[in-house]
Amino acid sequence: MSELNTAMIEKYRTSFLKEVEANVEEGEWVKMCMQCGVCSGSCPLGKHWAHPPQEIFMMIRAGKREEVLSSDSVWMCTSCYNCIVRCPRELPITHIMHGLAHYAKRLGLAPKNQPTAKFAQMMWNNLAKKGRVNELKLGLALYFMNGFGEGVKTALKMKDIGLGMLKTKRMNPMEALGGHAVKDLSGFHKMLKKAQELEDARIGKHGG
Amino acid sequence: MAKREYSFYPGCSSQKGASSSNYLVSVQAMCEELDIQLNEIPDWNCCSASIGYAGGGELPRLALSARNIALSEQHLPGQEIVATCAACWLSTRETQERLAHDKGLFAEANQALAEAGLKLKNETPIKHMAEVLIQDIGYEAIGAKVKKPLAGIKIAGYVGCQTNRPFGIAGESFENPLYLDKLVETLGGDSLPGYEKKVQCCGGALAFSEPEKSQEMIKGIIEAAYDHGADMIVTPCPVCQMNVEVYQDQINQTYGTQFKLPVVYYSTLMAVAFGRSAKDAALNGQVIPAKKLEELAAK
Repeated sequence: MSELNTAMIEKYRTSFLKEVEANVEEGEWVKMCMQCGVCSGSCPLGKHWAHPPQEIFMMIRAGKREEVLSSDSVWMCTSCYNCIVRCPRELPITHIMHGLAHYAKRLGLAPKNQPTAKFAQMMWNNLAKKGRVNELKLGLALYFMNGFGEGVKTALKMKDIGLGMLKTKRMNPMEALGGHAVKDLSGFHKMLKKAQELEDARIGKHGG
Repeated sequence: MAKREYSFYPGCSSQKGASSSNYLVSVQAMCEELDIQLNEIPDWNCCSASIGYAGGGELPRLALSARNIALSEQHLPGQEIVATCAACWLSTRETQERLAHDKGLFAEANQALAEAGLKLKNETPIKHMAEVLIQDIGYEAIGAKVKKPLAGIKIAGYVGCQTNRPFGIAGESFENPLYLDKLVETLGGDSLPGYEKKVQCCGGALAFSEPEKSQEMIKGIIEAAYDHGADMIVTPCPVCQMNVEVYQDQINQTYGTQFKLPVVYYSTLMAVAFGRSAKDAALNGQVIPAKKLEELAAK
């Protein structure tokens, strides 16, 4: 268990809702949910969520901290925004799910080996490095994210798709040798570092 | 028609050798015909799309799009920002709204930008190319440019998610947007306004991390188009285009289907209808060839 997680448990002992409101992106909206369930019925991957959004909101209010933050569900959001446009209370549900996922990751509670959690982190690392996504490296990293043996199997399975993209010049093997990048890379990195520092300071070493 | 100029945010997938580089080629041909000049935002960066949230917290993510808006305001003052990618448009607009509504975040974003010598005013309108076409140019002016009507070609308008929600195109409904259908009709093609899956999610980035779950949804998107007798699907989104086009063989293997349905961009259709060559319309970028468009372009 991470130090930040222990500190947060200590600080918000009696109210997980307060913790979410203070530290999760758009978390202050959670209490507005009226439990109608439209979000759950509108989610394209809803049937795969152990706890659909409506349930997540009630679990937050019921103080089920561990269950919510270690849930696989918040990592199943495809960002289709169907829940947002249909919610009668206009809760920014998509953003709250993203916020919960990010907060869980920050505390070290995100489920291990959740494929989207891993892929999404790879995507961030990829873009943060050069300022632009290197699709080739991201694709290869994805294939090999569960080890070399699995990676070779996946790469073989994806071979025809890769060939199709190569033939149509929608994939470039030369991207392996560097690839696209922003010119002011130093300024870009300094900006991201500062943004991270400011955010860390807000959430605080021991809770915001 | 007077020349219109915009500040242009092409996004990572439109770069040379990237997955929607064909989109950019057809957009350029389309814009030439419509007297639109796209001025690329100098040194733009990735917006982190829809799954940046795992690694990037709120402020680092917002800083990414804030940098693009600031660069545009500095180098292309007074020009509206136009994005062709759904995720680029969404992230940039989301950033603009979030920072406009939260003074604290706005101040912090500018503190971060100052490290790169930039300053955000956050006063620039942010549009999707579809908005430029519909609102700034208009169907009538588009129709006037048609040299080769897409006669007899049945086209399912697949709008997808992020060009449609949460912002969408003014005057269109989230559940049944009709602008792609109207555009197809304007170009002389046969639209299929009853196409049920026009706003169904294709899985987005989760097509990579959750392929089985996503391909089940993609199957429905293609099947419904076939049910309506579609010759092809048209979409405004790079992720929709790729997901719906390139996994058809895998879906056929899993489900025993025989899908082979071309998926093109609105700009592909427009470039062909405006009389441009197959190359200018980037028909060579189709993994599943759009034969009917190739025939028309060759005429």
